Amino acid sequence: MTDPRSISPLDLDTPDKTFLDANELVINMGPQHPATHGVLRVILRLDGEKVLGLECVIGYLHRGVEKIAENRTYTMFNPYVDRMDYVAAVSNGLGYCEAVEKLLSVEAPPRAQYIRVILTELNRIASHQLWLGTHALDIGAITPLFYTFRDREEILKIFEKYCGARLTTHAFRIGGLQYEAYEGFESDVRNFVSFVKPKIDEYEELLTTNRIWLERTKGVGVISGKDCIALGVTGPVLRASGVKWDIRKAQPYANYKNFDFEIPTGENGDTYDRYIVRMMEMRQSLRIIEQAVEGIPEGPIMAKVPKVMKPPVGEVYHSIEAPKGELGYFIVSDGSTQPYRVRVRPPSFVNLQALDVMCRDQLVADVIAVIGTLDIVLGEVDR
Amino acid sequence: MPDEIKSPPPPPPENEKPTADKPATPGGVKPTPFGSVQSETKTTPTETSTPPKAAAPATAAKPASPATPAAKPAAPAAGHPAPPKPAGPVPTPWDSPLVVKYKREYGTGINPLTHLGQNYFEVDGSLIPEILQLLRDDEKFDYCVDLTAVHYPKREKQFDVVWVLYSFQRNERIRVKTQIADGETVPSSVPLWATCNWLEREVYDMFGIKFDGHPDLKRILLPDGWKGFPLRKDYGILQQDNEWVQINLGIESGQ
Repeated sequence: MTDPRSISPLDLDTPDKTFLDANELVINMGPQHPATHGVLRVILRLDGEKVLGLECVIGYLHRGVEKIAENRTYTMFNPYVDRMDYVAAVSNGLGYCEAVEKLLSVEAPPRAQYIRVILTELNRIASHQLWLGTHALDIGAITPLFYTFRDREEILKIFEKYCGARLTTHAFRIGGLQYEAYEGFESDVRNFVSFVKPKIDEYEELLTTNRIWLERTKGVGVISGKDCIALGVTGPVLRASGVKWDIRKAQPYANYKNFDFEIPTGENGDTYDRYIVRMMEMRQSLRIIEQAVEGIPEGPIMAKVPKVMKPPVGEVYHSIEAPKGELGYFIVSDGSTQPYRVRVRPPSFVNLQALDVMCRDQLVADVIAVIGTLDIVLGEVDR
Repeated sequence: MPDEIKSPPPPPPENEKPTADKPATPGGVKPTPFGSVQSETKTTPTETSTPPKAAAPATAAKPASPATPAAKPAAPAAGHPAPPKPAGPVPTPWDSPLVVKYKREYGTGINPLTHLGQNYFEVDGSLIPEILQLLRDDEKFDYCVDLTAVHYPKREKQFDVVWVLYSFQRNERIRVKTQIADGETVPSSVPLWATCNWLEREVYDMFGIKFDGHPDLKRILLPDGWKGFPLRKDYGILQQDNEWVQINLGIESGQ
């Protein structure tokens, strides 16, 4: 028992130094956090509610896709690319198949090209729908999640009817397609277009003029077009910052030059503009699908490619406009059946780098909004 | 084998193609309904003169492998007019105003090539910072798309470091390639393109190539304590697995 007299009297003039008084606080967000869309760990340096800076720790989902590629043949590696951006597997497959086709100097037949475009654009809508639902959920709007998942289901049904898989579709083959469009494919796609058009208006009704939504997104996570370019940020994030650039227009691949569509852009580069750009992109995708489904030509769906693929020695870089930005494949062939090196340029990985710039001097709650608006998929970040 | 309804017949086989894919082609011999009984007849492949009805098992061997002597030369003659395989397109010199300008200035230090419609520079390692700076400032290649490396263990200079650049103004994509030896460093491109920060970290993580002047060069995808650089060709995937399982789980790996 201590002598009560030995306890010094309370000093009420100088404040206690506890961690609550510290100006700076370093905390972890993730890797197990529902709003980081997977296993992303963000180390935040905070001053009260204000973000002073942050660092991303990634790699929790690293599977060594590029190393796997070196130990597989060109054909065997094809399904692996679906596992990177698993909400836009069709786009991943398109990029890879076209890159190898370039290496082989073959081109998919026109009919295959049309079906490819339809499926890829359907997948872009599905990816944007999933983004919208989860992004809105993060910010506090629960309803859009149910709406978007309900409608995305119709796209997945088309995928399932086409190739038997819903997410990791492996829809395309090097040189074209393996499966002919099933009976009723075209009418299914047409029905989907007319079904989903009013639904996109419905999402907008819920959010576009919603006061809470505006408060949470306007002026949040602003990034300028110049910063985007310096940081290599592409896709809707770049376009929302006012840079009108889309690989489908700038360097058309597949047969996108046959279709009439616009590149939606924003002005302010904030979370709200990125939302608007993605909503408009869904409508443009529907426009492309409408044109493509009317014009599917008859003919073969597979070009002449050898069963044992040995692309000539050389290297090629091919990139496409994936729902998240520029998805590139750099493939080096040594003339054997297995690629010597496959490098994937993942849009999510590069875009995530902008998180620090976009979150500086914002509030902690806005970090969630910015992670959502970047539309990252950790499977692709980590590969 | 999944069905290929509308696809054309498969192209002529490379060399060692199993003939089961195209049973009807060689030498005009009819496919028989006994085609499935193949295994027992492999020892008598040369019985070509026997009438098909009399020796059904013998003719059944024909789709399997060295069928009739007449069929053998027929297949290559029909399918492969040129046995020496074409090596494919080779890189050719790339010609453009930009190239002429740089070639005049740097001579043999740079080697502009074009391959499959894609242009690239092979640049001497010492010129890299200068060339990259010029490409960004004067030629407006303001977007560094990607930065990666390729390992060639048999070469003296083991690594290719590759920058993929894009210019919004010119709508043009080029690659810059350089060769470096193991242990050599490359000047960091972070001051030129901020995006190179993570890209260089990834190259370091996977290949062990160090970038001079990088603000925070450490592993990015792999844990900090990771041993070795996985995308090097001499990095064995099984050995890594065995070691990890032994150390962390204390058991023998099942691989």
